[in-house]
Amino acid sequence: MANTKEVRKQIASIKSTQKITSAMEMVAASKIKKTQNEMQLGRPYSEKIKEVISHIANSSSEYSHPFYEHRETKKACFLVVSSDKGLCGGLNINLFKQVISKSAELKARGIESSFALIGLKAASFFKSVGGDVVANVQKLGDKPDPDALIGLTKTVLDLHRNGEVDQVYLCGNGFVNTMTQEPKVEQLIPLPAEETDELTATHWDYIYEPEAQELLEGLMTRYIESLIYHAVIENSACEQAAKMLAMKNATENAGDLIKELELLYNNVRQAAITQELSEIVGGAAAV
Amino acid sequence: MSTIKVSIVSSSEEIYSGEGTMVFATGSLGEIGIAPGHTPLLTGLAPGPVRVQNGDDEKTFFCSGGFIEIQPDLVTFLSDRAERAESMDEAEAIKAQELAEKNMHDKESDLDYTKAAAQLAEAAARIKTIQKLRKNK
Repeated sequence: MANTKEVRKQIASIKSTQKITSAMEMVAASKIKKTQNEMQLGRPYSEKIKEVISHIANSSSEYSHPFYEHRETKKACFLVVSSDKGLCGGLNINLFKQVISKSAELKARGIESSFALIGLKAASFFKSVGGDVVANVQKLGDKPDPDALIGLTKTVLDLHRNGEVDQVYLCGNGFVNTMTQEPKVEQLIPLPAEETDELTATHWDYIYEPEAQELLEGLMTRYIESLIYHAVIENSACEQAAKMLAMKNATENAGDLIKELELLYNNVRQAAITQELSEIVGGAAAV
Repeated sequence: MSTIKVSIVSSSEEIYSGEGTMVFATGSLGEIGIAPGHTPLLTGLAPGPVRVQNGDDEKTFFCSGGFIEIQPDLVTFLSDRAERAESMDEAEAIKAQELAEKNMHDKESDLDYTKAAAQLAEAAARIKTIQKLRKNK
């Protein structure tokens, strides 16, 4: 049977782990508010730009942007948004699983995949799994800067422009609520057709100042950037929520473990006392 | 009086949403005035002040580059960065302009010329907005 000293040591070590996990839980809980707030602040822009884009899609423009064009798909690119830090449960791995299964599905149809990765976790995962990684950004921190994503976006859009990539998917976690996060794989390019509204009924077009092509090019790039930025912000809110939950569970599990070990400790201690007593009694009887 | 729905948004927050009888802004090809019933127009937004008039009430905002979309009943400003003009600091703006000018002339600098020029344009527009606002007071 284990001796009391060993058990005591184990309890102390678990207690200190529990302190760390509960501290991390509280840190995540306070960060959730901030990230959620940021998500909300960014929402009007993405909604408005989406509105404008759908207006453009519904106008009878003289110029059709390549992002709307459905061409024969030979190669797809996955833009994977992950967290930089671990200890957030199955958040990242659930997303990667979905990305891999989608990529396998495309492969069965003869479509090759490449990956553009945001976050350290995605980088290390795709390094071990293997895959054609075209771009990588990491260490965005708690407050992601839109500027940091421009390079990656440009790389992916240039690949599309040159015809090296025909489809682009955006993969990230969707924030449902604090308890639930949902991995999503959405098609980014070609832009999925929007549902029509009253504007299509009439034949109209914008006046473009300056040229339509130049203007739409800039606007589309901005739109894609805003979608990616929003995905990053949303993912960071998910990360904090998942981390809070994972750390809460860890703290609770540590509590259970401590309870069990304390029971064991008392058993061991009692057994030792009983044994000592019986030894003393036995010794006294022998005299 | 007829009005037009105005929304000014930047990538990090919503700046203004409301009605206006007349809106003035700096498009990429020059200043434009937008009245209700304007024909659909899509244009670039140059750094500068955006003025929203609603009757006698006038509000001024500062927008850095972006896009303007105009529909007969609504106008949307998609700015990379926008702020309420009242909250702008002239000293900060002048400092930014000096830095941008220095970057332009400094050939050794790592910054490329186009970026510096854009910075300078933005700083100059910012100062213009503040000064315009002062005059109106």
